[in-house]
Amino acid sequence: MTCRLIALLLNLFLALPAAANPALEAVIADNLDQIERPSRRTVEPVVARIAATGPEGMALLSAWAGRSLGLADGRLVIVTGDGATDAVTGQAVTGADPKMLRPNAGVRGVIESALVAGEIASPDRARRAAALASIARDGTAEHLAALRAAAPEPDPALAARRARIEKLLTIRFDADPAARVTAIQDMAGDVGLDFRAALNPLLATRRVASADEPQGANIARELRVGSDDFPREAAIALLTAQGLVQPRLTAADQRNALAAHIVDGRVGGVSVAELSDPQARDRAYEALEGAGTVPPAATEAETEAALAGIRFFDVYAEPEAAVTDAARAAQRGAEWRLGAMKGIDLGLDALSLASIYFLAAIGLAITFGVMRVINMAHGEFIMMGAYTGYVAQTLIADRTLSLVAALPLAFAVTFAAGVVLYRLVIRHLAHRPLETLLATFGVSIALQQLAKNIFGTQARPLTAPAWLEGAITVNDVVSISTIRVAIFVLALLFLGLFLFIMKRTRLGLEVRAVTQNPGMAASMGINPDRIAMMTFGLGSGIAGIAGVAIGLFAQVTSELGQQYIVQSFMTVVVGGVGNIWGTLAGAGLIGVLSKVIESFNPSNTLAAQTFMILFIVIFIQFRPRGIIPQRGRAAEA
Amino acid sequence: MTRQPFILRNPSVLVVLALLAAFTLAVTLMSTAYGSGALPTSTVKVLGKTLCLALAAVAMDLVWGYLGILSLGQMAFFALGGYMIGQWLMYARTEAIVAASLSGNPIPPTVQELREAVANQIFGVVGSADLPLVWTLAHSLTAQLVLVVAVPGLLALVFGWLAFRSRVNGVYLSILTQAMTLALALWLFQNDSGFRGNNGLSGLQNIPGLDGVGQARLSVWFLWASAAALALFYVLAAWVVGGKFGSVIRAIRDDETRVRFLGYPVEGFKLAVFTLAAMITAIAGALYYPQAGIINPAELMPIASIYLAVWVAIGGRGRLYGAMIGAIVVSLLSSWFTGGRAPDLNLPGYAVKWVDWWQVALGLSFVLVTLFAPKGIAGIFDRLAGILPPRRHGRDLGPDQGALQEQEAKA
Amino acid sequence: MTALLEVDGISVSFDGFRAINNLSFSIGAAELRAVIGPNGAGKTTFMDIVTGKTRPDSGDVKFGESSKSLLRMNEAQIARAGIGRKFQRPTVFEDQSVAANLTMALKASRGPFAVLFWKPSAASAARVAELAAEVGLAEHTHRKAGELSHGQKQWLEIGMLLASAPRLLLVDEPAAGMTLAEREQTTALLVRLAQTRAVVVVEHDMDFVRRLDCKVTVLHQGSVLAEGSLDHVTRNPDVIEVYLGR
Repeated sequence: MTCRLIALLLNLFLALPAAANPALEAVIADNLDQIERPSRRTVEPVVARIAATGPEGMALLSAWAGRSLGLADGRLVIVTGDGATDAVTGQAVTGADPKMLRPNAGVRGVIESALVAGEIASPDRARRAAALASIARDGTAEHLAALRAAAPEPDPALAARRARIEKLLTIRFDADPAARVTAIQDMAGDVGLDFRAALNPLLATRRVASADEPQGANIARELRVGSDDFPREAAIALLTAQGLVQPRLTAADQRNALAAHIVDGRVGGVSVAELSDPQARDRAYEALEGAGTVPPAATEAETEAALAGIRFFDVYAEPEAAVTDAARAAQRGAEWRLGAMKGIDLGLDALSLASIYFLAAIGLAITFGVMRVINMAHGEFIMMGAYTGYVAQTLIADRTLSLVAALPLAFAVTFAAGVVLYRLVIRHLAHRPLETLLATFGVSIALQQLAKNIFGTQARPLTAPAWLEGAITVNDVVSISTIRVAIFVLALLFLGLFLFIMKRTRLGLEVRAVTQNPGMAASMGINPDRIAMMTFGLGSGIAGIAGVAIGLFAQVTSELGQQYIVQSFMTVVVGGVGNIWGTLAGAGLIGVLSKVIESFNPSNTLAAQTFMILFIVIFIQFRPRGIIPQRGRAAEA
Repeated sequence: MTRQPFILRNPSVLVVLALLAAFTLAVTLMSTAYGSGALPTSTVKVLGKTLCLALAAVAMDLVWGYLGILSLGQMAFFALGGYMIGQWLMYARTEAIVAASLSGNPIPPTVQELREAVANQIFGVVGSADLPLVWTLAHSLTAQLVLVVAVPGLLALVFGWLAFRSRVNGVYLSILTQAMTLALALWLFQNDSGFRGNNGLSGLQNIPGLDGVGQARLSVWFLWASAAALALFYVLAAWVVGGKFGSVIRAIRDDETRVRFLGYPVEGFKLAVFTLAAMITAIAGALYYPQAGIINPAELMPIASIYLAVWVAIGGRGRLYGAMIGAIVVSLLSSWFTGGRAPDLNLPGYAVKWVDWWQVALGLSFVLVTLFAPKGIAGIFDRLAGILPPRRHGRDLGPDQGALQEQEAKA
Repeated sequence: MTALLEVDGISVSFDGFRAINNLSFSIGAAELRAVIGPNGAGKTTFMDIVTGKTRPDSGDVKFGESSKSLLRMNEAQIARAGIGRKFQRPTVFEDQSVAANLTMALKASRGPFAVLFWKPSAASAARVAELAAEVGLAEHTHRKAGELSHGQKQWLEIGMLLASAPRLLLVDEPAAGMTLAEREQTTALLVRLAQTRAVVVVEHDMDFVRRLDCKVTVLHQGSVLAEGSLDHVTRNPDVIEVYLGR
């Protein structure tokens, strides 16, 4: 669609101040005849002279190509939606009834390449860039000629861009096959969408059925009937479409034909009651066929005979074999690199998913590791964190500030909730893990309903600040949204913080002691009750922060936690208990696997999740204690 | 030592059976079809469904209360049973409807055409017109009735074998059962799983071949069937847990390692009970869903199974009648409170709408039961019967288990 | 005399720590043997290996006349083959009656279906009563095991071991927490049991071992340091060095 280029240029020129252009006037006066009835062969010098007259000439050319140039009383006028202006003077023309000039496609091509040539020679860098972008969107053979003829580009970035576009246009439009092959080979390995788009039409094929190899055609391959990508039905359909066999009779057609010829409860000598049998239907139809009342349909044998005598080919639309070979090789190379890029992209996706699981599961892992207690309300703590973020946002208008406030706030809220839960419930159920699981489940349903009562059932937005919107894009394939990067950083931060607390602080020392041997720790003067409470609070607090992070890209609803809780459990179970690296490994494994399974069938995330869980159930068979199991005699208890 | 008959050794079984019979008789006499009509058909259906849930709870109690496995996937078997019977109900009914509509055609349909039309009718909603492989036997009631117990039983057998042989225990096992349910639910949610995705199976309340009977009578028939199944399997469960077998599985619950050193194949016992419970649950489900009329994958999300555990816990686990009472009381209360018919509780300054607050109350009361009445409602009966809990001092005391327990032991 | 249990060069390590190091050991069909050794000598691990709880990294354990390897069997199979184990702490099923505990331990088919259709007979009831009487719990058969005293639980567990009639009995610190009178009873019982079967007693208490008056195996750092009568091993300078001398 060259119209867009022309419209762009038109706008540019019409914005110029109107001024008389004597050179233009002279050219027009000399060649009015040519302009009125241009011919593809002779118009070129005229166009070149008009283009040389400057901006007014260019405006005239773009109006000409866009079929908005008219002739009124021997003067050229440019007609726009709401009026007309004199092409030479730029003054408004009123009352005229211009006769519109309608140059043919060949002439328009000449004009356009002159326009492009003018634009890419423009002293204004922005204009040159705009022209290149426009050509990149929809280039033509004329653009190619203009690009080749144009003066060298001074700006290195634009020069590179221009060279690339020229190559792409060469691939598509150059008359010389050798030049096209060279261009294709030059660009092989490129994964840009534009290159792949340039290759696709070269490799487009159509199906041909004929008795012999089609002469002079660029054959991609011969098809074997009955193979996976060319089933028998497709072959028959192709033959029918080419008129080589009679159309086969569908069951519905047969039924309708039979129904239309019921005479006295019989069709072709077969009684209607018998027609529930397919063979009886065939007999009846053949009888009708014999009587000439229904059109003949291809029988199985006829079809078979027709198929036997005919070969099927995929034929390239592009006649040059050298070009298609080069294109195919280039495409294969591009596909390979594309696969690698997609792998990297998948890796990034998996990494961000893993960091989410890590954030969601780490709190669970801490409490499970220290107390052997599964907190079913963990998901609801995540939800509380997300709602805290939402509340912070309603109170503080500035998005960045509210986020900064929300993180510690969410930690504080869920820490407090965790401590309360511990003091009121879990402490009294020590060493009864299954009952703890159920009691915390009671808390979980109560909290969920409470959230519904307070915030309603519809999703609440938790909007990320502007600097977190958007994505970091490496190329056409590899990109990752900034929020996910931020979550990854957050997960790293928490890993660091957690390691610091565990290895460098008194609390961490005591927690590790209680995890390994609570009895011994107690006899060393550590209060296991206090340690359990602190770890429970810590784990819950991290859940709150995970909630804020998750809320930034997911909908904040009362069921937010439920969506992550099972995956969090899986992470802990797969990773192994009582070790942060285990949780990390579990989150990594689950994140990567989810994405890999999903990539096999991207449309079906449900199947991916199903297979993921099945995998975990089987994984547990081989590593019942997780990837990084707890060691020593304590693990036996 | 003479051995008393089974019933006399378990007087509670007799009481339960008598109450069940009285209940069934009372409902029948109050139904619109066979009695005064005091109970509308919908209520009869609710009561019939409640009996099915009670049966599922009894099975859950076998697994959890007696064997000590907190299975959070029990409702998967329930729903699978429902799906299996639902396949026949839906297929047979659709076939009847399609056959009726095709018989209006000038030419009688072929078998193939009939099948295609049925498939189109059932699967058009998920954009498919082929009958999936899993529906191969759907035309046969006998086959699907076998599948009602075979499919959940097989699933339980395979899953149990995998889980038990790798000695996954306690909380891990609970999480694993939950994962199994979730995986199954997600699989069923897909449109191409062959079970109509999230549309599920519907129209199950219409029993093919019984079109003339009417829902009022059908609902009572199903109530009878549910009561009979409950009675039968209650007696079976009581017999299973009553003898040496029950002794062994309770021993497994309390100290599985010790049972192993006595020479019992612990995994075999677990597998037997788990599979039996799965099959009982599936039968309960197969009776439940024709009364509910519709089944979809949401029915087997993990939350449903956790609710089942909640009922059993509130009723009192380790007592079959406790599980039953819990399921009946809590599920009826739940449907009453969330049905919007319960009057608001007017506190000063705030009117408590039960639709909004029942869930909160249930959750908290559940926490309270776990904390203060671990024996649940059945604990009251124990108290009345004068059965005092043994003065158990927790599990063994020792350096590995931490100081807390020693404090507990003193208390 | 052919050995009933033959432990041949087993080694096992936990996270790099060698709990058992090339240990060889054998015991006859009717023999009482005491195993002593300092903490961490590998006594409990040795019992874990024989009963199937722990798998050795190398070596073999053979049992019975046909010298069947125990390494390919699980705990339950080993128990059914005739190896009984008495834990250090009394582990009985506290929620069940003394009679139920004993009934469970009676020698009978252990498969789930056999158990399901098992019916108590006059013979089984008599055997339970006899066992209860033997361990001094005749009046307590209907009480729950959890209500018994610590010593009574120990006895109940011994009763359960007798009920399953093992050919090899592994006893872990039987005297722990017993009164003097109970110890004497226990000694007598163990000595009597050893007349018809093999009994291995792991014990710390030297007085108790002396009362048993049997062959003693001293373990140290996962292997046998000395073997013989108690007087013999207590004179062994190595034993004095690692165990008694300190």
